[in-house]
Amino acid sequence: MDTLFLARLQFALTSVFHFFFVPLTLGLSIFTAIMETAWLRTGKEKYRQLAKFWGHLFLINFAIGVVTGIVMEFQFGMNWSQYSRFVGDIFGVPLAIEALLAFFLESTFIGIWIFGWDRLPKRLHAASIWLVALGSNLSALWILVANSFMQSPVGFRMAADGSRAEMTSFSELLFNPYVWLQFPHVVSAGVATGGFMVIAVSAWHLMKKTRDKEAFRTSLKFGAIYAFMGALLVSLAGHTQMQEMVHKQPMKVAAAEALWHSENPASFSLFTVGNEKELKDEFSIRVPGMLSFLAYNKFSGEVKGISELQEEAVAKYGPGDYIPSVITAYWSFRFMVGAGTLMLLAAAVALFKVIREEYTFGKLTGALLLWSFLLPYIANSAGWILTEMGRQPWIVVGLLKTEQAVTPASVVSGAELLTSVVVFTLIYSALTLVNVLLLKKYATAGLHGAE
Amino acid sequence: MDLQTMQIIWFILVAVLFTGFFILEGFDFGVGILLPFMGKDDLERRTVINTIGPFWDGNEVWLITAGGAIFAAFPHWYATLFSGFYLALLLMLVALIFRGLAFEYRSKRDNPAWRSFWDWSIFFGSAVPALLWGVAMANFIRGVPIDASMNYTGGFFNLLNPYALACGVASLLIFTLHGAVFLTLKTSGELQERAMGIAKKLWAPATLLSLVFAVYTFVETDLFTRLGVNPGAIPIFSVLALLSVIVLLKKNATGWAFFMTAIAIAFSAITIFMGLFPRVLISSTNPAWSLTIYNSSSSAYTLGIMTTVALIFVPIVLIYQGWSYWVFRQRVTKDSKLEY
Repeated sequence: MDTLFLARLQFALTSVFHFFFVPLTLGLSIFTAIMETAWLRTGKEKYRQLAKFWGHLFLINFAIGVVTGIVMEFQFGMNWSQYSRFVGDIFGVPLAIEALLAFFLESTFIGIWIFGWDRLPKRLHAASIWLVALGSNLSALWILVANSFMQSPVGFRMAADGSRAEMTSFSELLFNPYVWLQFPHVVSAGVATGGFMVIAVSAWHLMKKTRDKEAFRTSLKFGAIYAFMGALLVSLAGHTQMQEMVHKQPMKVAAAEALWHSENPASFSLFTVGNEKELKDEFSIRVPGMLSFLAYNKFSGEVKGISELQEEAVAKYGPGDYIPSVITAYWSFRFMVGAGTLMLLAAAVALFKVIREEYTFGKLTGALLLWSFLLPYIANSAGWILTEMGRQPWIVVGLLKTEQAVTPASVVSGAELLTSVVVFTLIYSALTLVNVLLLKKYATAGLHGAE
Repeated sequence: MDLQTMQIIWFILVAVLFTGFFILEGFDFGVGILLPFMGKDDLERRTVINTIGPFWDGNEVWLITAGGAIFAAFPHWYATLFSGFYLALLLMLVALIFRGLAFEYRSKRDNPAWRSFWDWSIFFGSAVPALLWGVAMANFIRGVPIDASMNYTGGFFNLLNPYALACGVASLLIFTLHGAVFLTLKTSGELQERAMGIAKKLWAPATLLSLVFAVYTFVETDLFTRLGVNPGAIPIFSVLALLSVIVLLKKNATGWAFFMTAIAIAFSAITIFMGLFPRVLISSTNPAWSLTIYNSSSSAYTLGIMTTVALIFVPIVLIYQGWSYWVFRQRVTKDSKLEY
């Protein structure tokens, strides 16, 4: 079996699985902290119950994020040893810092928070969940510092013998503009994911005529604001990121738009069936000038196309195929943006309802509030697929190709890799099922299940 | 600081992280291994699990940080080790996945089959890494097949040689003893008596196997040739600490006994790292192909950044992790509020 294919398959599986759980961790950690702070400030019992309730769901989900995260850290060395040798001087640093600054913080204080309800002064207890939230989100920051180097390498030079990239500036690595586009995008995606979960569960309890009406109304109110903020920020951050990528990663943008040739003004594709071999449309509905507008805020300006970018890449890096899978980039982008747009709409509906203090929902509104929690999951997964697949054939743009990065087959054989792919697929699928069932059990059990 | 000084500093830091991991996760592995023997019913098993409830996750981060530190400071060590020990690491990852989830999930449902499944996950999830870390350490010092381009050329079964397996069994027993002594400190009544009984019974085989391993090391590796026939204070103290445990247990000085199992573990790990230095992975194919701190490290600039970060944050981590042990210093009883 082809080890490159298997290693890529495993990375795709394990990272999409991992990030399936992480955004809820990011969002619910902050939400739980807000609830506990509200309890501290107001002394109202409902906030304490809500902190416990959401904290409980947070913990069930958190556990999977942690264990699937260990796999991510080990995987670079196991399957991508050539990559690790090539970029360890740079890439290893944010990973080590992530462990030291973020993992210790969240893991230690999560223990303190779980076991400290009766043992710590209230303030200290509330502070510990804030530290967990800080740790989780800091961990996102450092892993994005690492990922941003792969997308847009800065602060390095090539070693004299060409064997590896070496860091020349830690501050350039940390203040890579790409980091500060990705980080707000990921954190607000987490907020949205958490917010929609809160909306769905709270709305469910209100529809079921819960005895904790008062508490779940409050929960829905906070959830609607939280989800709306998240959905709005994630869209704005995503839009800004896209405008930057037109300059930094034009090939990814061209692939995401199935823009075969440079255009000025560039049109935006609503629906395209493309021919990747001949680099042309089979069928396409396009809005003229719209892509230029999205890229530059005006209806003119050139957006480079796939053919031209391929020629540029050949001139720069030598012969080769520098085009990512257009169909993957195109559709993952559309799923992400489509889900994001629906999220804004759903959050606006929820917000409208709670502002008017209407807590009975018609069929359509009810269904929207209940099921929109799935949208962030679609957008989160599609977003990472676009980010990583749109970067191909590079693992580090301009420096190292993915095919050069994999562990030699003499060290890790196809059979060994296949074993790990199968093992992780089976375990992760089972765990996802268990996680969903447990979340469902405790989400529907209501406030008294968590006590 | 020059490159060479920082390479030495980072070798020491990695050794410290592994040692910290073995001491801390060592006892919570031990508690996990003892779960089926300590807990006769569900409430007892819950009590046992809750003794390490607030700590195990923070303890595990020592390993994650050690992994990250190797990646950042010695990328070739990270690449060769993680790709070379592939199936062993896969096994360990699976163990850690089930173990981590088991703590959080086992008491979330009342179904006995569900609880039993997660209890066995805790047992195997603790026993497998406790064994594998011994196997790994022994292979570090014994040497493994590595070629001129730093790639591992052996297979999974090269790692399972008799010497490494002896070390694996020794580490399994020592961690279990360490866990038993920890339980004498954290439980009371019947559970405490049971833990004490187990600790006393375990002491002899654990000590015996550790001595066998020490002699085996003399035969199988160059550790004693390098450190001298009188290997210095640290390995000797390691043995003495282990010998003192039984005396302390009989005197009911459980706090000191725990200190001594920790010392025995720490000094054994340090001895192995001393024997390795400045090598990090020994090539059994050709000693010249061994990975050392000098041929596998990151650049001076990167090591400098890492040193600064470590100097600031390691003390902070130690303070708050220490504080968490202080907060939860009380014994866990069946009447305690059990979160897990």
